Amino acid sequence: MGLIKMSKLEEMKISNHNLSELEKDLALNGEVESTEDIVTEELAIHFGPQHPSAHGVFHAIFHVKGEVVTKIEPDIGYLHRCFEKIAENRTYTQFIPYTDRMDYVASMTNNWAYCMAVEKLAGIEVPERAEHIRVIVGELQRIASHLVFLSTAGSEAGALTPFVYFFDEREGILTLYEKICGARLTYNYIRIGGVRADAPEGWLDDTLAFVTRLKKRMYDYDRLVLGNYIFKKRFIGVAPFSAEQALDWGLTGPPLRSTGVSYDVRRSDPYSVYPRLEFDVVVKYKGDNYDRACIRSDEIKQSIRIIEQAIEQIPEGPVKADGIAKVFKPAAGEGYGHVESPKGDLGFYVVSDGTTKPYRVKIQGPSFGNLQALPAMSEGTYIGDVVLTLGTLDPVFGEVDR
Amino acid sequence: MLSSTKLLEFASNYGIPVWALDGAIAIVFAVVLFAICAISVIINVYLLRKISADFQLRYGPMHVGWHGSLQLFADAIKLLTKEDIFPSNADRWIFRLAPVVTFVPAYLGFLVLPIGHGIVIQDLNVGLLYILAIPAIGVAGIIMAGFGSYNKYAIIGSLRSAAQMVSYEVPRALSIIGIVMIAGSAKLSSIVGAQHVWYIILQPIAFVVFLVSTLAEINSTPFDLPETESELVNGYYTEYSGMRFMFFFFAEYVALFAAATLTTVLFLGGWHGPGPEYLGPIWFTIKTFAMIWVIMWIKWTLPRFRIDQVMDLGWKVLLPLALINVLITGLVMMII
Repeated sequence: MGLIKMSKLEEMKISNHNLSELEKDLALNGEVESTEDIVTEELAIHFGPQHPSAHGVFHAIFHVKGEVVTKIEPDIGYLHRCFEKIAENRTYTQFIPYTDRMDYVASMTNNWAYCMAVEKLAGIEVPERAEHIRVIVGELQRIASHLVFLSTAGSEAGALTPFVYFFDEREGILTLYEKICGARLTYNYIRIGGVRADAPEGWLDDTLAFVTRLKKRMYDYDRLVLGNYIFKKRFIGVAPFSAEQALDWGLTGPPLRSTGVSYDVRRSDPYSVYPRLEFDVVVKYKGDNYDRACIRSDEIKQSIRIIEQAIEQIPEGPVKADGIAKVFKPAAGEGYGHVESPKGDLGFYVVSDGTTKPYRVKIQGPSFGNLQALPAMSEGTYIGDVVLTLGTLDPVFGEVDR
Repeated sequence: MLSSTKLLEFASNYGIPVWALDGAIAIVFAVVLFAICAISVIINVYLLRKISADFQLRYGPMHVGWHGSLQLFADAIKLLTKEDIFPSNADRWIFRLAPVVTFVPAYLGFLVLPIGHGIVIQDLNVGLLYILAIPAIGVAGIIMAGFGSYNKYAIIGSLRSAAQMVSYEVPRALSIIGIVMIAGSAKLSSIVGAQHVWYIILQPIAFVVFLVSTLAEINSTPFDLPETESELVNGYYTEYSGMRFMFFFFAEYVALFAAATLTTVLFLGGWHGPGPEYLGPIWFTIKTFAMIWVIMWIKWTLPRFRIDQVMDLGWKVLLPLALINVLITGLVMMII
């Protein structure tokens, strides 16, 4: 429609006709907008919920003018499974497997955050060895999640080959997880008061061998994806966010740190054995897509450092606190535990009324907070950029909707 | 046109009119050409799958036939037996015609390609113009597909494709002018005949410009914007399924094959190679498949540009480069 009208308009202009009549005619049609001499029509495109790069089940309506997106209306809720309500009908231990299904790219940190909240509520002390194992599996999880990010960032930009390389590396982590807990995606490994079982013999050596190999390979991977000319051209300077904006929108995790705010729960509100480990909080300053991508690659390197130290320091001893039954009754009260999950600040708020089941569980998912900023970040950019921006926010819809 | 005197005698002996003879010969050539296209597509797709699998630490197809060599036939049978779906609001005739309009021009390009010394179906004087102009008609089919299928992804994809193909036609055509100047002819067989030194050595800038704009012409990465699966689902052929989808698929690979053969003819010395003259077609085939391998190598390595960057590259980098190449070629020819 718009195109035909445009050509009509141009024809008339060439033949020196009076334009005003035609413009008036076009103005009567509400959809048509006239800017100087180009007449265009806004198009509403449905992005998702079944779209190859919707990161699961994200639905958004893009209003586009040509190739430029003028407005985004996100629509979430396709994966809502009432986890907070379900928690009220399960015992404290029974709810752990449900947390696996929230951020299914990083299940281990979900387990961890929930168990930490319950431990704070019930005042349970976790043995040293268990804390070290938690740190190791937690950081492996961060590496796995960031590898998935790097692979999807590449494939969204059209490079399908790095996708396979990163998934191949992630396979190494999944194999390690399979050895320690028997599962590859939904682990249910971290328990209230510790972990389910000690690491099998040789597992720590395997882990060390894996991270040592990955450390060498990260150099090549950085050049393959982040160092690629076209990749840089697509990512640098796109959808920048300032520190104020990021704080206003409640971003956490890598998207927040990419704007120059050094907020990392592992440092800001230390938990587990992190105060004893040496690592840097990676901060970038431009807050554009490229910084959000680079920060994850750098965090993989920091996680490798942490794992190496944790393996070095791990003491012998029990892996689970004594005297915690499968069903137990914590005293009435409340507990809040939050960890730095690969996506950001993941928090669980658990309220007990003294029975075997929680009175209320409130989950604060970082993906939800980060996703909110998508319209503010990417309105005014190209369609192709919006897809990349969504990718660099790295939301997982199991966690957005819960 | 194609009838030799012997054939004409034969025809007059049996009372067959000349037009019928011409028609019959044309049909024979069309069928032969189609068979060549089909075989090339089959080899191409198999290679694409295996090469991309190699790049990606995979095996590729392994189960149907020896190392999956019959996989494509299985796929073709599957696509042919699928239901023919029309979107409810589609413009039926445009929707139906689009795959044909895309496919036929891609296939017609082969008419003038000399694959060996004197082995060419129709050696046109303006072969070069023909081979640039005819496949460009295919863009009409893509626009029809986008327009006819009543789908927003499809229309955006087809408009992107139109913008891209039309923009890159210009540097692509200009990059070849240097060759025409050196060879002194626009006849493809004369261009190959004049290549005692391959033109990739005499015209390196032209080769780069030609290769990049060819990638854009055949919608290959890093210029695969018309079908960006991460943005537009499948671009202009989102709504197509079954046999019609296969036609687009087919056209895409025929275009890839045509691009590789044209690069061979223009820059890699065509049928020239060591050994006797009858080995020409073999050299030609080897060079063509080397070119296809290069294109696939690029395809499976690079991410894609954004639409405005694609336009920038075409008009602000490749076009001036092509013009500079013409200038340099002219100056050098004047001095020598």
